[in-house]
Amino acid sequence: MQGGAASAVPPDEIKAIPVRHPGRWVAGLVVAFLAVAVIGSMATNKRFGWSVVGHYFTEHTIVHGLFVTLELTAAAMAIGIALGVLLAVMRLSPNPLVSGISWVYIWFFRGTPVLVQILFWNFIGALYPTIAIGIPFGPQFAHVNLNSIITPFVAGMLALGLNEGAYMSEIVRAGIISVDEGQTEAAQALGMTRLLTMRRIVLPQAMRVIIPPTGNETISMLKTSSLVSVIAVTELLYAGQIIYARTYQTIQLLIVVSIWYLIFTTVLSIGQYYLERHFARGSRTARQSVFQTWLPFLR
Amino acid sequence: MTAMVKAEAVHKSFGRLEVLKGVSLEVDPGQVMCILGPSGSGKTTFIRCINHLEKINAGRLWVDGELVGYRQSGDKLYELRDNEVARKRTEIGMVFQRFNLFGHMTALENVVEAPIRVKKLPRETAVRAATDLLERVGLADKVDNYPSQLSGGQQQRVAIARALAMEPDILLFDEPTSALDPEMIGEVLDVMKGLAHTGITMVVVTHEMGFAREVGDRIVFMDDGRIVEDAAPGAFFAAPRSERARSFLSKILSH
Repeated sequence: MQGGAASAVPPDEIKAIPVRHPGRWVAGLVVAFLAVAVIGSMATNKRFGWSVVGHYFTEHTIVHGLFVTLELTAAAMAIGIALGVLLAVMRLSPNPLVSGISWVYIWFFRGTPVLVQILFWNFIGALYPTIAIGIPFGPQFAHVNLNSIITPFVAGMLALGLNEGAYMSEIVRAGIISVDEGQTEAAQALGMTRLLTMRRIVLPQAMRVIIPPTGNETISMLKTSSLVSVIAVTELLYAGQIIYARTYQTIQLLIVVSIWYLIFTTVLSIGQYYLERHFARGSRTARQSVFQTWLPFLR
Repeated sequence: MTAMVKAEAVHKSFGRLEVLKGVSLEVDPGQVMCILGPSGSGKTTFIRCINHLEKINAGRLWVDGELVGYRQSGDKLYELRDNEVARKRTEIGMVFQRFNLFGHMTALENVVEAPIRVKKLPRETAVRAATDLLERVGLADKVDNYPSQLSGGQQQRVAIARALAMEPDILLFDEPTSALDPEMIGEVLDVMKGLAHTGITMVVVTHEMGFAREVGDRIVFMDDGRIVEDAAPGAFFAAPRSERARSFLSKILSH
């Protein structure tokens, strides 16, 4: 008899005794003990100077530096994404010159340290004090003083953005390649040109693959932007450095700066979680994120 | 009367694999030609050559009297530019085995995309025509559904409407029912039967013998990159001339 119609099993919800996990309790106790020890030592160690941290946390210079960091991150990512899409499309072009240019760009900007690139852009005025637009060895139509245009902020933004473009292009390229070739063929069979197909059919569908690593890049950029402190842009880290150069409260200011970075990387991570969930609708199982586990508890 | 499609000794190789070994045929305007044959015989490759999704290596191929993919001047051939190839493709509709509907667009958006972007029709005109087409293929209530919300048969019918929206002179079908569950094959074949009576030229690669016999004006049987037999459906199914076609039919019809 195969699972008879009049089943003997009652249709109640199953109430079984769950498997016990004594190991989890032991591990939990160990972790709790360590946490108490670490927090206790941080709280009681006077040299941390928590009152100083509190004092400078919302100090004017720091807050101003924070806004410069956010501006720099946004501007550099905007340049990076626009450039990345352009370079990726160029890289996949059947025209060997166009794809070659993209290859050389990526080769150069991925092949030199971003810190060196920042310094280079800062000193570009030493290489080309002025730029003139005109016919070589002939008349000039326009004349620009580079030293006045390339301020440290602009140099930092250019360096970070142009460098990011090289990395973004690889991300966008991976997204484009992930779109089924049948989509391109169907578009071509309808008489769409290569560029129209890319813009209307392929890129929109590549977004699902492009968005998550782009979120990562943004989070990474927020922290990498601190490198422009070397050319005296008063972003978050440099703002802290300015203060501790005067007060010698180095550790306290670095803590202030770190907390601000942590706050904004957390905000960006949460944003990325929602963005990913939005673009993963109806496709594959969404990636399990720590926020998926914990956000419901926080509401 | 110029042939809608004319092939002369068409050869196509992928690397060292020769897939088409000299295919010659003519399709008259309004004709429904069914291409049959075992898999790997070059049927699909041949119709992909007709709209230049594959470049042929030798021979000549014309659609509506114009060379496919090239321009001839004297005895020299010039490759066409991307946008010239694209313009010619607007006259050739294609329906794929795996539908290839644009996944990020609704049924209606799939159908109006090319008329608006390629033919530059005003949106209202395109939407009106697309709504009519979707109604014709029996999907009036599915215009706002995304491909992932449609069954295979429904997706293929949207794909047919999408191809028709460009008002092509000729429609190519690449095994349009091979990826479908058995109970959905009928609804797609019914739409294709309806089309066959409108006078549009159709080249159909298929394994549906019933459809080929009933709707086809002409059967081309291919094997190993060559046309083995070219006959009227009645003659072909009643008494295939070649041994190869006989054994193919007996295998297909006996299961």
